[in-house]
Amino acid sequence: MAYQIGRGDFIANLGKIYGIYTVGFIGFTAGLAVLEQMGVPNRIIGYLYIFMTIGIYALIGVLSRTSEVSEYYVAGRRVPAFYNGMATGADWMSAASFISMAGGLYLQGYDGLAYVLGWTGGYVLVAILLAPYLRKFGQFTVPDFLGTRFGGHFARFIGILVLLCASFTYVVAQVFGVGIITSRFLGMSFELAVFVGLAGILVCSMLGGMRAVTWTQVAQYIILIVAYLIPVVWLSAQKTGVPVPELMYGQALTKITELEKTFGVLKGHATAFADPNGQFSWVRFYNYFFLIFCLMVGTASLPHILMRYFTTPNVRDARASVAWSIFFIFLLYFTAPAYAAFAKWEIYSSVIGQPIASLPAWVQNWSQVAGMLTIRDANGDGILQLAELVINQDIIVLATPEIAGLPYVISGLVAAGGLAAALSTADGLLLAISNALSHDVYYKMIDPKASTGRRLMVSRVLLLVVAVIAAYTASTRPSGIIQMVAWAFSIAAAGLFAPLVLGIWWKRANSIGACCGMIAGFGICLFYLIGTRYFDMPLWWGISNVSCGIFGIPLAFVVTYVVSMMTAPPSKEMQDFIDSIRVPRGAVLTVSGQTRVE
Amino acid sequence: MPDSVLTPEKAHAYWQRTSKLMWTILGLWFLASFVVHFFATALNTIVIFGFPFGFYMAAQGSLVVFVVLCAWNAIAQNKIDEEFGVAED
Repeated sequence: MAYQIGRGDFIANLGKIYGIYTVGFIGFTAGLAVLEQMGVPNRIIGYLYIFMTIGIYALIGVLSRTSEVSEYYVAGRRVPAFYNGMATGADWMSAASFISMAGGLYLQGYDGLAYVLGWTGGYVLVAILLAPYLRKFGQFTVPDFLGTRFGGHFARFIGILVLLCASFTYVVAQVFGVGIITSRFLGMSFELAVFVGLAGILVCSMLGGMRAVTWTQVAQYIILIVAYLIPVVWLSAQKTGVPVPELMYGQALTKITELEKTFGVLKGHATAFADPNGQFSWVRFYNYFFLIFCLMVGTASLPHILMRYFTTPNVRDARASVAWSIFFIFLLYFTAPAYAAFAKWEIYSSVIGQPIASLPAWVQNWSQVAGMLTIRDANGDGILQLAELVINQDIIVLATPEIAGLPYVISGLVAAGGLAAALSTADGLLLAISNALSHDVYYKMIDPKASTGRRLMVSRVLLLVVAVIAAYTASTRPSGIIQMVAWAFSIAAAGLFAPLVLGIWWKRANSIGACCGMIAGFGICLFYLIGTRYFDMPLWWGISNVSCGIFGIPLAFVVTYVVSMMTAPPSKEMQDFIDSIRVPRGAVLTVSGQTRVE
Repeated sequence: MPDSVLTPEKAHAYWQRTSKLMWTILGLWFLASFVVHFFATALNTIVIFGFPFGFYMAAQGSLVVFVVLCAWNAIAQNKIDEEFGVAED
């Protein structure tokens, strides 16, 4: 089986293989816990976690190396729905979801839930509008679909531009997250850590492409979900006596509300759409919904997610796979609000109002990490007031094991989980970028006669080049990582959602209409984003630029509609092609001038 | 149709059923994603097991709806496929 990852025997025994892997990982954690009790220093435990997990991913990557095109691009289309769901979960949940989201909920309360809703509901759109039809179409990449449906290189080319713009913005944020975790747990400089993390990303994806990334992502999902749930389950058991945080954090919310009253907090944790004085604000109201809308539509437009549904054996499995994906993602998102509430309860009840000289050890530890936790005794009374504690949103999840008084081995576990989340997303994104360049630009547009070996070589070289550029960009510490991730969603949504949806659901959409729609949507989104971010352009109606897609998405639909109606309808041949991708059974028709890959 | 999977009439009926399912789920998605949360402030006055209801819907209620919608779509569309004899072997 060893050299046959992704093949017959391997697929037949998936349950057994990943079962043994999960038990092995838990055993490894238990072993480290024993070592910790025997007095092995924390630093060594951190090292063991990072190198063991990256070692496993590298091993899977090497074992699934391939020189076959369909293995490299779509994992041989043999990934069962259940496992593709897990892989999509890991592909989807990045450093932002794992490390920052619960912290955002801690700081923003109700308003932070826009991320929880926005990063889950989009799968409904993927399921009903896109995934089954893209699977039936059955090529390798999302630009392949645009190129075929909207006949020609121009539509493909704009699609590639949007893909590159969105995915690159996103991948820089992930490499940045990998750098933070690696630097903290290996104790090396951030700039160096970024490149060490990069090596971890590349060993997974360089040799085996989609096949390697798929089976690594399944392994990464298991680690990240275990790492996310254990500390909060423990905390819930400790505080409420019941180890089901999702049901029990109502108690935490009640306590938080009581404590907020005694602290004189005007805007409560659960108060919706309120300004800092607790008053209802229309601007916050519509920004909340615009952000949800952009994140959801962005989910249904990001090529690294959509391409996962090219890997299932058939259309039926593609649909089932979307359902499994959202289920596996749901397990983490459903828990994040509980994470935030328990952490807030603990901090409000046993940190605030205490003498600064006798705060818990974790507060002392984290205040030594620059910019993460600051205590300033403004009124000089020696007692910590709420306003005197400034806490960074990125430490809530990482510090929860210490807040709950758990052994250091759990902190290491959480770091390994965060690393798995960031690495798996970075792998998927880099692969989407290098596939677009090697398959769509090089093979389809520059040299259609290129041999298989040459295409894969070009893909690998490009993967390396893009990864190094991303790592370099991340090492310059661009500001606002979470913002960058939200921008990536808006860009993808504005440029790709309308042509994908109309391409399948509206036969009358033609090439020129779709191209104009993409340019208009993508253009206004970039204009607003760059104008407000870099050129002091005032916000339109106070709409935050993370929701810049709110202008681009509807505009792309309107322009595509108007221009299509003003020009000639697509050929009969094209309409038959659309009919053929709408029905699961039967062959996909070819459109003249297009070649199909199998 | 080229591969005689469906006659044009059947293909039309199949696509109508599929579209109807799509619009139904899209409508429920819109309710769960947006409409419920328009009333968050009012719903927050109802507290169940310590959870203000408006907060609960955004943190968990709508998420459950999304999971159910995706599962329902997979099952219902399979039924339609089988009924029209276009399911894969």
